[in-house]
Amino acid sequence: MADTGTETHVEFRGVSKTYDGRTMVVRDLDLSVRKGEFFTLLGPSGSGKTTCLMMLAGFEVPTAGEISIDGRPVQNIPPRKRGIGVVFQNYALFPHMTVRRNLAFPLEVRGVPADQQSERIQRVLEIVRLEGFEGRRPSELSGGQQQRVAIARALVFEPNLVLMDEPLGALDRRLREEMQFEIRRIQQDLGVTVVYVTHDQQEAMSMSSRVAVFHHGRVQQVAEPEVLYEEPEREFVAGFIGDNNIFRGRITSVGRGICEVETPDGIVKAFPVGECRPGQDAVLAIRPERVGLAKPGLFSNEFEARVDGILFIGDHLRLRLNLCGNSDFIVKIPNIVGHGALLTGDRVSVGWAVTDCRALPLDGLEESPEAELGA
Amino acid sequence: MMGNRGDWRVLARNQERVLFAVFVTALAVGTSGCGSEGITVVSWGGSYEAAARKALFEPFTAETGIAVHVESYNGGLAQIRAQVETGNVHWDVVDLEFADAVKGCDEGLLELIDIDELPPAPDGTPARDDYFEGTYSECGGGMVYYSTAYAYNRESFPGERPSTIEDFFDLAKFPGRRGMRRVPLVNLEMALMADGVPTEEVYAVLSTSEGVDRAFRKLDTIKAEVVWWEAGAQPPQMLADQEVVMSTAYNGRIFNAQVLEGQPFTIVWDGQLLDYGQAAIVAGTPRLEAAKQFLMFASRVESIAEIGRYIAYSPTRRSGMSLISTHAETGVEMRPHMPSAPENLTRALRNDAVWWTNHAEELTERFSAWLAR
Amino acid sequence: MARPLSGARLRAAALTLPLLAFVAVTFMAPLGSMLVRSFYEPHVADALPQTLESLRAWDGSSVPDENTFRILATELRLLDQQRKLGGVATRINRLEGGMRSAIMDTARALRDAEPDSWREAMTAADPAWGTEEAWRAVRRAGERYTMRHYLNALDLDRDPSGNIVAQSPERRIYLPLLLRTLGVSLAITVICLILGYPVAYLIANASPGRSNLLLLLVLVPFWTSLLVRTTSWIVLLQNQGVVNDLLVAVGVIGDDGRLALVYNMVGTLVAMTQVLLPFMILPLYAVMRSISPTYLRAASSLGATFPQGFVRVYWPQSLPGVAAGSLLVFILSIGYYITPALVGGRTGQLISNMIAYHMQESLNWGLAAALGVILLVTVMSLYLVYNRLVGIERMRLS
Repeated sequence: MADTGTETHVEFRGVSKTYDGRTMVVRDLDLSVRKGEFFTLLGPSGSGKTTCLMMLAGFEVPTAGEISIDGRPVQNIPPRKRGIGVVFQNYALFPHMTVRRNLAFPLEVRGVPADQQSERIQRVLEIVRLEGFEGRRPSELSGGQQQRVAIARALVFEPNLVLMDEPLGALDRRLREEMQFEIRRIQQDLGVTVVYVTHDQQEAMSMSSRVAVFHHGRVQQVAEPEVLYEEPEREFVAGFIGDNNIFRGRITSVGRGICEVETPDGIVKAFPVGECRPGQDAVLAIRPERVGLAKPGLFSNEFEARVDGILFIGDHLRLRLNLCGNSDFIVKIPNIVGHGALLTGDRVSVGWAVTDCRALPLDGLEESPEAELGA
Repeated sequence: MMGNRGDWRVLARNQERVLFAVFVTALAVGTSGCGSEGITVVSWGGSYEAAARKALFEPFTAETGIAVHVESYNGGLAQIRAQVETGNVHWDVVDLEFADAVKGCDEGLLELIDIDELPPAPDGTPARDDYFEGTYSECGGGMVYYSTAYAYNRESFPGERPSTIEDFFDLAKFPGRRGMRRVPLVNLEMALMADGVPTEEVYAVLSTSEGVDRAFRKLDTIKAEVVWWEAGAQPPQMLADQEVVMSTAYNGRIFNAQVLEGQPFTIVWDGQLLDYGQAAIVAGTPRLEAAKQFLMFASRVESIAEIGRYIAYSPTRRSGMSLISTHAETGVEMRPHMPSAPENLTRALRNDAVWWTNHAEELTERFSAWLAR
Repeated sequence: MARPLSGARLRAAALTLPLLAFVAVTFMAPLGSMLVRSFYEPHVADALPQTLESLRAWDGSSVPDENTFRILATELRLLDQQRKLGGVATRINRLEGGMRSAIMDTARALRDAEPDSWREAMTAADPAWGTEEAWRAVRRAGERYTMRHYLNALDLDRDPSGNIVAQSPERRIYLPLLLRTLGVSLAITVICLILGYPVAYLIANASPGRSNLLLLLVLVPFWTSLLVRTTSWIVLLQNQGVVNDLLVAVGVIGDDGRLALVYNMVGTLVAMTQVLLPFMILPLYAVMRSISPTYLRAASSLGATFPQGFVRVYWPQSLPGVAAGSLLVFILSIGYYITPALVGGRTGQLISNMIAYHMQESLNWGLAAALGVILLVTVMSLYLVYNRLVGIERMRLS
């Protein structure tokens, strides 16, 4: 079953959605999810990711465009016939039914014989490690256990596509991490395709095969987690995924794999992404951990700056600098001998490699959510 | 905190003052309400009350200067009892069915009025001799005869028309719905008369349990077609709408529909039940003097006869019979419309109020049981 | 925890005193007085103490002796002077028809008399005094504590030897009426549920603006005077009313085949259903609003059709509202009396109309009280059964 191939499982083509005819919740969306993939829709609340999930599940109808599963358009297929397992945000476990009856529900409505039912329920309970809880009601379970039941229920009728809508949102931090591993394990064991919605970028990074970053109803970038982190293509992605120092400048020259950007503190050499032309404004992004305190000559970008603040974290220190017109420029340095002597007000020399600093085009104004339908 | 508590005390003292003021004001308003000029007279609403207003209330106020506040009710002693027992009497004079007047008088709910105190006839005959026999009680004298008879809408019967009490109970001859008052009173008597019991034996027969069974059996024959009414204004309305083809009714209400509204109604006097009403003073009224003044005014032969100029109810005093004249508004000769007109009395029964005080409760229960089946 | 009450807490507790006093005065006291009235009737015992004392030794097989006649005559005369005789006569008359006029006539006849034989004088005034039944009625009416109102309310009676026997069928009224009342209340509850459930569902699941509008439509009649609503049903349903006119105009029925929709059981059912519908819709709505629409989505994502999801997922969760609304409507309709009085006609009357009759017209408050107690006990036992079946802790109003 675990055929993590290149075969397309789910495809969104030109999908738009509006509820009131004015505000576009999802705009002109193209996405394709591969079989066996753990695909995450990531974005802040209101970015349209849950709407996408609900359209896929069949609870919302796209205003324009087409969604297909296994190459077949699903527009006219009601949710109950799509064969998709859905884990809802607050689990939606039926409170008046025991765990067993919750799990039996999808089997009963499909007319699965009783003996097969208990066999399948037993198996799925093993998978989520909840053997022995069959007789309890949801209210008698902890949050994590309820979560497992919800996953079990979405799996028990053996769908090959499972949708999860912020399934860990209601759990505390420790439990959330545990469940992240669990969900990933189950998905890999069963080889099902999972489309997962979250606003938590850490969750997305740690679990997903690929992530689609949503902002204002548009997909900003679709990529593997490492790529998103290392090679953000849009200003929003650079700022949303992980810590980043973001500041602006004007491109003065563009070469092969390198461009020069003028900032208040001087010229920064950076890696150009997308369309970069001299004279354009650009956004520069550099990760705090890629900035080093160094002797002169080590990096191709070298600046001097005053330390405005020091935060002792434990395994590392966070320095706040005023640099390149950015008064909140963060540098993360390992807690090793010698760095302990730094004081606020000290002047330090910092530098970074050209490839670690990305020059991105500015996000356009057309991103405003009030853009008109069909304009 | 301390400051707050201090404020509270001041406020509390002020509140006491305010409360006291409110209390005093309420008391003042209350007593002034009680002591306001005039008396409250309770009547039956509709055209009868309108007649009493013109014939009694307005002339009384004109003569004495005492204002009359009119209230309406649907009979019974319950409200009077409540007022007397709580000592909060705000009704002064009530127009009662005679049976209730007797009962209320027995139970001390009404003021005793000596019959000899009532005004004599114009020729000087004392009231005791002027009243028809049995039309006065220890709490006052009767006012007017009224009758429950049945009436029909002529438009409902283009061919042969009903003319006897037997016809009312004959569904085969005169099909269609009938209206009847939702009480055993009158209905049981009519049923027995229609079943062939002579008028003078009706109450004797009804006093036996076989007689009661017989009356109910007769009522059974038309039960399915009966529409039950409660207020006196309903029957003329139901006849006008042809909701029923015939209905028992108070004769005065039918008269008013005939004369004032030109309705094509005919009263069948055969088997009518004569009854009379009496005005009485509620025991313990603080306005006893004014109430008595009113009672004396209302018991005058001229006053009683005056009612008969607005509605077809005839005097309970012998000397009043000669005063029956014409309808005040239309000039119609009233005499043939009166229940006591000789041609209307060929088969008539006088309601036995005393018999009913003995049997009303028992028969009403039986009647309710019968109705519900 | 068990600290003595501080001044502040005492003061706070004192603030509830007006409410407690209010409840005591307006609810507990009338209820208690009703209970007492149903079995305690001191009037005759207080009015005729010596007669009853003298009748204690009477064996009931023949008319009492001359002395008893004299004592009764004396006491009747005294009551006549005090104008208290009517009430006593009415109460004795309830046990033996005709006693009222017997007593009143006798008292009048004896007003100034000093006869040699009281027995002859009284029997002359009314022959009833020569029968044992009359004296038995006096003795039974003199029982201070009595079961007769309950017997009466349960369609039972005592035969001359004092055994409890069933009333003759044509006099049975209260038990059939009680059963009918329960049946009608049940029918109204079911109709309200059938009509109210979809409405509540619609309101609970509509967009906020529309749901407010719908709720207003439910509440406006609720705020309208009961009398106005009931009389408008008369206008609609009567023989020449809007509904019949419409049916005739459309041709469903002929002009001579107009339906009897009011002044019967149909009228009572229709009008009471309309009057009580908000009491069903509001608890249902309150519960349904707390049921997330996600459950139905979850059910359909799991493969259920809408009916399957509704029956197995939504309906069970809405049961607390169903339970609350049904109980509310059922109990309210058991005690309803204005609406059936106005539109019930002959066959649409309920037990409360009988209670009102005895309270307001026959003034037999003892019987009214006994009927009230029986109704109260019936409702409470039904409530206990209901609690067993449904579980009151599962019932929610919001």
